[in-house]
Amino acid sequence: MRREFLSGNRAIAEAAILSGLKFYAGYPITPASDLMEYLAEKLPRYGGIVVQFEDEIASINAAIGASWAGVKAMTATSGPGFSLMAEGVSLAVATETPVVVVDIMRAGPSTGIPTKATQSDVYQARWLAHGDYTIPVFAPWSVQDCYDMTIKSFNVAEKFRTPVVLLSDANIAHMWETLYVKEPGEVEIIERKKPSAPPDDYRPYKPDEDLVPPMAVFGEGYKVIVESLVHDELGYYRQDSETYREMVTRLNEKIRRGVGYIYEQEEYWVEDSDVVVVAYGSTARMVYPVVKALRQRGARVGFLRLKTLWPLNEEWLWKSLSRAGKVVVVENNTGRLYLDVARIAGSARTFFSPVITVDPPKFNEVMEAVARWL
Amino acid sequence: MALAKLTLHPLDKYLRTDRLPHIWCPGCGIGIALGAMLRAIDRRINEGRLDRNKVVFVTGIGCSARVSFYVDFDSAHTLHGRALPFATGVKLANPSLEVIVVGGDGDVAGIGGNHLLHAAKRNIDLFVVMITNFVYAMTGGQLAPTTPLKVYTTTTPHGNPEPPLNVIKLVASLNANYVARASITTPHYIEMFTYKALGMKGFRFLEVISTCPEVYGRHIGLRNPVTMFEELKKRVKYKPNPVIDESDIDWEKGIVIGEYVVRNNPSYLDLVKRG
Repeated sequence: MRREFLSGNRAIAEAAILSGLKFYAGYPITPASDLMEYLAEKLPRYGGIVVQFEDEIASINAAIGASWAGVKAMTATSGPGFSLMAEGVSLAVATETPVVVVDIMRAGPSTGIPTKATQSDVYQARWLAHGDYTIPVFAPWSVQDCYDMTIKSFNVAEKFRTPVVLLSDANIAHMWETLYVKEPGEVEIIERKKPSAPPDDYRPYKPDEDLVPPMAVFGEGYKVIVESLVHDELGYYRQDSETYREMVTRLNEKIRRGVGYIYEQEEYWVEDSDVVVVAYGSTARMVYPVVKALRQRGARVGFLRLKTLWPLNEEWLWKSLSRAGKVVVVENNTGRLYLDVARIAGSARTFFSPVITVDPPKFNEVMEAVARWL
Repeated sequence: MALAKLTLHPLDKYLRTDRLPHIWCPGCGIGIALGAMLRAIDRRINEGRLDRNKVVFVTGIGCSARVSFYVDFDSAHTLHGRALPFATGVKLANPSLEVIVVGGDGDVAGIGGNHLLHAAKRNIDLFVVMITNFVYAMTGGQLAPTTPLKVYTTTTPHGNPEPPLNVIKLVASLNANYVARASITTPHYIEMFTYKALGMKGFRFLEVISTCPEVYGRHIGLRNPVTMFEELKKRVKYKPNPVIDESDIDWEKGIVIGEYVVRNNPSYLDLVKRG
């Protein structure tokens, strides 16, 4: 472990290299381009390759292809490019391909404000593509968090054979902070399960107990079938309700069942508080000092930060919020995650207090948003 | 697979015979094209120049893309138009793999057109077989980028107002090392060109003109599979060294097949290693 001084994007790149990233595909887009530029210079020295593709559609598909050739793969983009990746993310879900997609939020809709951050794309991260699925979404709030949650994103992708979305934003991407980086061996790096069955008995989509099938890759003699259509255990296309039901149920269930490993939250003074503020990402950075200041003035107010946005550990979240008379969700959007929190905590005591700004939320703005409910 | 695998034909060892019969219509040319490709692959494997376990078929969506259903190699049936980027990722992640992309003209040159242009420009080490049937057949007979002018399709009921795309010309104008055209009426050339392309580096592109009596045949009055095959056969002319200007597909003047481009430009993998 050693101290470094990095930007959020560079921390993601460094953590990806530590996690074993070997293939990065991307397309220039603000505020994600410097992540690719940094990796383009550095990754070849670790035996990896960085390719600038013709668009984000090619980027996600190339990353999925690389993953099936047996390497860890990643792409990074922002809202508009993420929109283009929708079908590819859906392919990764259906084929159970480990791949990490970094989405660095900016202001939308459409081209919006490329250089400014909001939290307008949290639902995009959750339900970007067509189909019935659940994919893990992580929301770092600091450079250290970018580093740690990138390692976690790769581990979750490999462990559950799923695409994972690391949801940063323009504020965190270009903010420089000190952080602790790990040396190889200092942190657990998970690799996908390999099949133990010989090629003749291998069924590419036959799950183990944990609902995750071992993954053979190209070139090992397993005659792998990557199938985008609804398929049975062999990877053969099926059009019947039973196969479809089994497939989508398992794809969702393997993530839901892994919620204990995937889900993380942080609590500050939640135990004894009448009002608990829920926030995540760069907005949470300002919620923390505001809540701290209010407590110093004697207000019984706490703060709960979501590190994992989906899947939510609903029992844990409900338990944490159960004592509060009021739950206030502060987001830099018109009310997205609020809907989930209201459903879990109960809509009668859950209130939405937006801070809609394209600059990092100021102390007074967040104070106003929180104090309104005290 | 632990399932009953029949081997009634010498090429059955390269097929997932438990998935047969295939979905292709009577008179469809895809099976002929695949058979010829497998014979070329078989020759290379028997000569010890190709490792069977290193062959990967990557396809997108469409009738031709269903090839990945039936070949008993590592295979990927991916998204419409996206086989090339997927295959590029595969090849760059593990350069020891021989990656073969198969698709229809709509898949490869229509929705996948941008990827085709950039893959050829990079001279990325892939072998691409585009099976041209002049129509979107799986979806029921809509306009394709190769559909000739004035032809009726379900989405151009008053006749196609767009001149067709000459994909050979497009790919040849870029950085591809090999650009050839064959026809399902000349399977020996499909085999020959495939055999040759598999021994080369860089981007290799083979167009196979095919018959689709079920869909395209209906549109142009050649519903009978035998008649359609005969009509195509009449029009196909092999030339040993055709020039690009001869590559326009003209149902009246004929269709020139042969090797349009054979060169040895540095491939993407060569250049990346040099970096």
